[in-house]
Amino acid sequence: MHARADATSEQQAAENAAEHIASWPEEIFAVLERFDVRQVPYVPDAGHSQLIERVLGSPSMRGIALTTEEEGVALLAGAWAGGQRGVLLMQSSGVGNCINMLSLTQIFRFPFLTLVTMRGEWGEFNPWQVPMGSSTQAVLELSGIKVLRASHPEEVREVMEAAASQAYNACTPTALLLSQRLIGTKVFVK
Amino acid sequence: MRKANLLDRRAVVSRLLANRKGAIAVGGLGASTYDIAAAGDNDRNLYLWGAMGGAVMIGLGLALAQPKLPVLVITGDGEMLMGMGSLATVGLQQPGNLSIVVLDNECYGETGGQTSHTAGTADLVGVATACGIADARAMTTMAEVEALAPSLQDVTAGPRFVSVKIDGANLERVLSNRDATFIVNRLRGSLGFQPI
Repeated sequence: MHARADATSEQQAAENAAEHIASWPEEIFAVLERFDVRQVPYVPDAGHSQLIERVLGSPSMRGIALTTEEEGVALLAGAWAGGQRGVLLMQSSGVGNCINMLSLTQIFRFPFLTLVTMRGEWGEFNPWQVPMGSSTQAVLELSGIKVLRASHPEEVREVMEAAASQAYNACTPTALLLSQRLIGTKVFVK
Repeated sequence: MRKANLLDRRAVVSRLLANRKGAIAVGGLGASTYDIAAAGDNDRNLYLWGAMGGAVMIGLGLALAQPKLPVLVITGDGEMLMGMGSLATVGLQQPGNLSIVVLDNECYGETGGQTSHTAGTADLVGVATACGIADARAMTTMAEVEALAPSLQDVTAGPRFVSVKIDGANLERVLSNRDATFIVNRLRGSLGFQPI
């Protein structure tokens, strides 16, 4: 009985995990909807592709393609000045492009939230991703941004909710790093 | 290479803002912010003292959030050159209520008057046009500026891009408020938004 119950709960846990693996971008999208996020600037990344598709198909959100990530920081400052919330989607290499513009998060004290898909860690194939990926968190923290991280599918919703709450309710500039372990290491084939 | 009959920057900005109604004005760091301050403080002025290269994107965020209000970004050629990619982003979004006016003195006036790229080969109107901003013009006379001013109120005909060739003389600074939290909350308040 005891063993059977364990087997059932293990099976249940495995099923739950499989569900999260398929749906974590969907869970992020649901949190953004619930917080009434309207402007979603992005520089594309494979790790964000499912979320970007959802945003571009959403009637309430506006996906805004950028030429460089720092544009997104300034855009979100303007969106806030105009009464709308936003979130910036980028890859870890983009964080370096934002540094001076991140001043706006402190100087305007506006609810800045960015979701950063990580490269340069966890089995990375491309050495060119490693330097910026290694300094991403420190760069954000030196710029006054609080950093949260999700590495497993089943924790994404909870961490995302915490990130959105502290950003939008407390105007605490926040970055949520989505680990390469979560996204899956990019496979390069010849 | 001094050119004749260049416009006075304060006269241009003061004319553009004279009958602004509810328009929001974003000033790029440096002299553009002083010009907007010189034209008169207003709850809907967003003065930038930093974030170089970000003026157009701040204007775009505002324009998308407030599509019924005219949003006017006034900035310099150096600030615009640093954020040139944002013209491509504006071209893609086509906000009808966003107007960008570059006060082009072909130099970095705040740092000693070093020449900028527009003194040489760069053509910002050409860049804006190539980025999909169909209404992109260069202006050299006050008559053109006077004709532009009322058209800024049309929130369906943008985005607009205007480069006004101005005199490079450094004018006395008119310092705006520089507490950005105050400035942004004052603007939000004028739009009906409460502090958190």
